[in-house]
Amino acid sequence: MRYIEPHAHMVSRVTDDYERMAMAGCEAVCEPAFWAGFDRSSVDGFYDYFCQLTEHEPKRAAKFGLKHFSWLCINPKEAEDVKLAREVIGLIPEFLDRPNVLGIGEIGLNKNSRNELKVLEMHVELAALHDQLILVHTPHLEDKLKGTRLILDVLKSDRRIRPERVIIDHVEEHTVGLVLDAGLWAGMTLYPETKCSPARAVDILETYGQERIWLNSACDWGVSDPLAVPKTALEMKKRGHHAAVIDKVVYQNPQKFLGQCPKFKIR
Amino acid sequence: MTQQQVLDLYFLDARHRLIEIAAFLDRVERAGGKDDFRLKAFRAALGKLNSGQNEKVKQVLLAFSDPTSVPIAKAKGKSAAGAWAAKNG
Repeated sequence: MRYIEPHAHMVSRVTDDYERMAMAGCEAVCEPAFWAGFDRSSVDGFYDYFCQLTEHEPKRAAKFGLKHFSWLCINPKEAEDVKLAREVIGLIPEFLDRPNVLGIGEIGLNKNSRNELKVLEMHVELAALHDQLILVHTPHLEDKLKGTRLILDVLKSDRRIRPERVIIDHVEEHTVGLVLDAGLWAGMTLYPETKCSPARAVDILETYGQERIWLNSACDWGVSDPLAVPKTALEMKKRGHHAAVIDKVVYQNPQKFLGQCPKFKIR
Repeated sequence: MTQQQVLDLYFLDARHRLIEIAAFLDRVERAGGKDDFRLKAFRAALGKLNSGQNEKVKQVLLAFSDPTSVPIAKAKGKSAAGAWAAKNG
């Protein structure tokens, strides 16, 4: 089986995880910028992080035959500080031409605050100005529904944003319909305790179909599983889904979305 | 999949999870005290399971969700509690 891991925070994972993913059939891993688990104190910390994502991490992945791509932003968890966010967003253009950068992400909301919304709009402006793909994080748990609605309002109100070039990640049963109906792509994140389990993700695929949707592990420094995508492929197989359908969900769909960026070449 | 196949594949797992929920409720009630907003939301969500409505998982998720539409003035922290406080507190 082949698959693409479209959302993984590999800077937080050990090298053994790259090996296990490669052995499970992973051909490419895509890494959105995210929160380190603590707030960075200055824009310099982000400069170093963007260098890590665009220089160091691709070399670590290449040791196991894996292509590594990245997305850049200041994560919504650090977006309450608008001044810092403005400085970080000012850094991003100089990184956009780097060979593994796919777009702006994972932007979005965390607690649905006014400042987070302001920073989201700044990121959308940046993506529109530079014609970049967009990857959006939706809030956790009780904040997800409201945050998804607010995010969709921002995206729909900007005529420069083409829905087919945006993926809204971490959808669940109460938000997936909102996203797909708006013409955007939807990402399902497979977590052991929150977001989707493999069984629920396959339920969603069976209910909403397999168009404009992908699976990801979003593995990071928390409780998460870098092999969640192949485990969900196995769940599909257990239910009798044909190999071609599984391949579409775990390989062809992410390839179709990410391939809108000409830098996404994995063969 | 037929209903029989679904049951063969998932019944034991679902039974296990249901017993864990029962044990959680016994544990929290044994501890005493007043239900906080999370437990109130949890009990409300449990009610969705026997409601006869379709899309039970969606109904459960909605029972825990913030239904408002106006951004909050300022984020006071980064983490989520799992249930909307204002509705149940």
